[in-house]
Amino acid sequence: MSEVYKIAIVGSGPAGMSAAAHAAKKGLSHVLLEKTDHLSDTIYRYQKGKHVMATPSVLVLRSDCEFDAGKREKILDQWNQDTAAAGVNVRFNAEVKAITGDKGDFTLELKSGGAVKAENIILAVGTQGNPNLMRCEGGNLAHVQYSLDDPGEYTDEHITVIGGGDAGIENAMGLIADAAQNNTLTLLNRGADFPTAKKPNVDALLGARDAGRINVMVETSAALVEAGWITVDTPQGQTRYKCDRIIARMGAAPPRAFVESAGVQFASPDRSAFPTLTPTFESSTKPGIYVIGALAGYPLIKHCMNQGYDVVEFIGGNTSLDPADEPLLQAKLAGLPGNRSVSQWLEFLRSHVEILNGLSPLQMREFLLDSAVRAYKAGEAIFERNEPGSSLFGIAEGSVKVEVDPSNPNITVPIGESSIFGEVGLISGRKRGATIRAAEPTICVEIPRMAALKLMSQVPQARDAVQRITTERQVLQIFKSGLTPSDISEVLKGAEVTEVKPGEAIINEGDISDDLYIIRSGSMIVEKNLGGKPVFMSYVPAGSYSGEMAMIERSPRVATVKAAIRSQVVKLPAEPFRALLARKPELAKRMTDEMRARREINEFIESQKEEFGGAVDMYSSVANFLIKQGIGEATDVLLIDESLCVGCDNCERACADSHDGLSRLNREAGTTFANIHVPTSCRHCEHPHCMSDCPPNAIRRGPDGEVFINETCIGCGNCQRACPYGVIQMDKPPPKKPALWEWMLFGRGPGPGQPSYEWRKKAAKAEGGESPKLAIKCDMCSGKAGGPACVRACPTGAAIRVSPDAFLSVARIEKA
Amino acid sequence: MTQVGGQHTERVRQRTHEGFLRHKSFLWAQVATGLCVVVIALYWWVALQINEPPSGGSWLGYLLGTIGAGLIVWLACLGVRKRVITAGHYSLKAWVSAHVYLGLSLVVIATLHTGFQFGWNIHTLAYALMMLVIASGALGIWAYATLPERLHGNRGETTRKQMLDSIESQDRQLHDLAQPLDRAGASVVKLSIEETEIGGGFWKRLTGSYDDCANRRALQRLRNLPAPASAKQAEALTRIEQVMQQKAETLALARRQMQITAVLEGWLFVHIPATFALLAALTAHIVSVFTYW
Repeated sequence: MSEVYKIAIVGSGPAGMSAAAHAAKKGLSHVLLEKTDHLSDTIYRYQKGKHVMATPSVLVLRSDCEFDAGKREKILDQWNQDTAAAGVNVRFNAEVKAITGDKGDFTLELKSGGAVKAENIILAVGTQGNPNLMRCEGGNLAHVQYSLDDPGEYTDEHITVIGGGDAGIENAMGLIADAAQNNTLTLLNRGADFPTAKKPNVDALLGARDAGRINVMVETSAALVEAGWITVDTPQGQTRYKCDRIIARMGAAPPRAFVESAGVQFASPDRSAFPTLTPTFESSTKPGIYVIGALAGYPLIKHCMNQGYDVVEFIGGNTSLDPADEPLLQAKLAGLPGNRSVSQWLEFLRSHVEILNGLSPLQMREFLLDSAVRAYKAGEAIFERNEPGSSLFGIAEGSVKVEVDPSNPNITVPIGESSIFGEVGLISGRKRGATIRAAEPTICVEIPRMAALKLMSQVPQARDAVQRITTERQVLQIFKSGLTPSDISEVLKGAEVTEVKPGEAIINEGDISDDLYIIRSGSMIVEKNLGGKPVFMSYVPAGSYSGEMAMIERSPRVATVKAAIRSQVVKLPAEPFRALLARKPELAKRMTDEMRARREINEFIESQKEEFGGAVDMYSSVANFLIKQGIGEATDVLLIDESLCVGCDNCERACADSHDGLSRLNREAGTTFANIHVPTSCRHCEHPHCMSDCPPNAIRRGPDGEVFINETCIGCGNCQRACPYGVIQMDKPPPKKPALWEWMLFGRGPGPGQPSYEWRKKAAKAEGGESPKLAIKCDMCSGKAGGPACVRACPTGAAIRVSPDAFLSVARIEKA
Repeated sequence: MTQVGGQHTERVRQRTHEGFLRHKSFLWAQVATGLCVVVIALYWWVALQINEPPSGGSWLGYLLGTIGAGLIVWLACLGVRKRVITAGHYSLKAWVSAHVYLGLSLVVIATLHTGFQFGWNIHTLAYALMMLVIASGALGIWAYATLPERLHGNRGETTRKQMLDSIESQDRQLHDLAQPLDRAGASVVKLSIEETEIGGGFWKRLTGSYDDCANRRALQRLRNLPAPASAKQAEALTRIEQVMQQKAETLALARRQMQITAVLEGWLFVHIPATFALLAALTAHIVSVFTYW
């Protein structure tokens, strides 16, 4: 208590441990505070035998602890040895409750009682302490809790545990451990399996289920929480059952309240936002507190360990230390014109590219590690139309021209210094819509999609700039008609970007309103009330507009427009737009023509409704079913016509045989309506959920719109957890099978399709060697000339792949 | 409507929603019909020139025989095509469509090839086997055209695994419920848990006759048990009867599923072996014809 440490390190994960080891090596007085009774709890809780990867591979490791890719156990052992050898002063079971004081005199109050005093604090607590909250209605009620301290304190209750990870399973098992407590337990799991949990946990859980001690509901999620009851969505529909207590264990985000109470500010009110870091190293906005590791937004182990080392160097007085990435940046910037040093380059880019203006030097470094700086000669193509690519470009020097008309490369639109281009890729990872060439010698910074999204989430200034430019370009692209930015500046002044929840209406039939809406992301459905029932009229994908009839004709709204999925729309005020139409007859004609076409479709459906009510009702209900299945965010979805499917599973076999022996689709699973079956298979969402948190940025969108996982996958399982459709599996490809003719003639090997688990296990054993489980999903048979194998291999034509706007067209009524 | 990013760079993508029978607006039906018409007309014309119908030994017979043999070999290749998943442009649906209609056209081509000369020899055996293959194939067309709706209508959204799982869980419930029972009661439950056969042999699955089903027998014996000794046992017996009834329903669902699947697969048990026999007989037929030329 009397001792004041030079450094107190909170959290003993890779970052904290590395910091402590270096402090010990340097002879600085320090203490490493760890909540649990072992080092690095996050890694410790990985499943047994998990293969931990060391990425990014180019980055050199600078730490007093060793780290190399390998099994969890090996790595933990190594770290235990390293910290012991370095003489780290570690205190286990020392959870910090509160941090008070200022630089030079901090007090860290411990939960177990007592306190630690320190001059500097390194926060390396990661994100595991701040659980994800329930988002369904009633999720904020008092009987919903996110942790379970003592399972022994609950008796005679109906308890629902949500989450099939280790935390959820361990909680549930604790609550039923003593039968005398007489709790009725239910565990909800979103997927069909328990891929993130340790096997012994899963085995124990399934054993308990088999013994009737716990009810396990898979492919189920909570829909509504009421006092004493819970309603859940199961694959078979909704059910409501008794529930006195909910324990939700669904993953985590930065532990904001604790960190904020110490005086550290966050970048934005967003739940997933990270603490704001100042220009001087990993310092937070609170002097004397340094934030490193996952809490600072760097989830990769190598980064964390380097930061731990660097931050201790910095506290120890070494302010001129070149970060570990200096040689990487030097290599990256070598060969560029201008003869600048690394720090000069960083400053040059930061000040010259608008969206980078708000970055600190440290953020610039981190940012540039992910990005690339390129110089182009005048006339050189930066990218070509239809090229795959989802990166964002910022112009640091020079200017570019956009070839807006594919048939005539002489028609170009200029984009000047400090602006950006390629932003469409950010929204959906789609391929390039136009060729862009350097208009003069130009220097651009190319920012990969993930780095750009990270930038936008951390720097509000960057986000606003991107949003503004994106809206302007999108309006220009949707309405074309030779509009220029100056034409639409009036319209954009009143533009409002809003998020719309699924099912929420942006326009209600009969309302008097006349704004125009642009669907930036997501999709909308148009419904009209016919004979007292809402009838599906049309589907509006992202990148189109809606609401033009009332705007042009100043009439009440003729139909309801509501979001099929979570969407982002831009509301454009009617008055300036009408003024624009008056100025631009070409645009007015274009919109009137399109309006007429849309009206004809509506009238056609209305007339059919009178004559063939059944066909229209069918069309409407099929459309609603598909929208409910999330087709609204799909770009290409596999459907099976059950009036043709003979259940031969040749689609699954074809899938397995064209992709390393594992099938990425499950024909039988999934929902069905009116003979249309939506199997468990990737829909290549417009905004893929799986892309949202991929540490190595391995999930990309390919040239045909397919979302695929490349070979840099580290097997973390984030994408599997993020996918709401359960189409990603974690598995290792089986060993190669004997050739097909050997099977046909001699019965060698398992035959066509995915080999049985037993065969794989045996063959893998015979082959030897360790291979990690990686994320596996449909890639739409990327690169195969014939297209998706599941469709090609269907003998009866039951399997089709469609885009929602093509499938949800009136053509279906005409066919019926 | 403009779409961000423009059109797909279209690889071959089958987006048309047509079954194998209607494939490309009955393209292969038209080809097969045309082939038959041409062959019949040709036969008619040749038959008019000579006194007796042209036999297999005539030039027309050789022509028809070559076409027929070629078709048979090509039709048999579907089995390979189905299993070799290559990356190129092919559609198994198109293959099946052609297989169906060209296979049916063999009835005309091969019959004319025989010149209506039949006997107890290898040649007629090959013909008979071919007709057997075609007849079983026709059964297959009927099954593929009519059964899928029943197959999926029966299972709803329940997968095979879920059916098996629910039977397993019912067995577990039975096991737990049987704890308070006496020996006679327990043996009835044991009968249902241990002896119930979900599927059985192919014939059993096809006919769907499960009169000897252990669960059904257990249910009967349960109802005939003497009055239970205690209220606890009585309650257990009531619950057991309910669960056995549920199990009977799940079993019926699973068995109906297996029955439809058995019909969908059953014709292949004739079609495929008969095809191999046909290929052997065809080889013998051709070899013998050329040997005794």
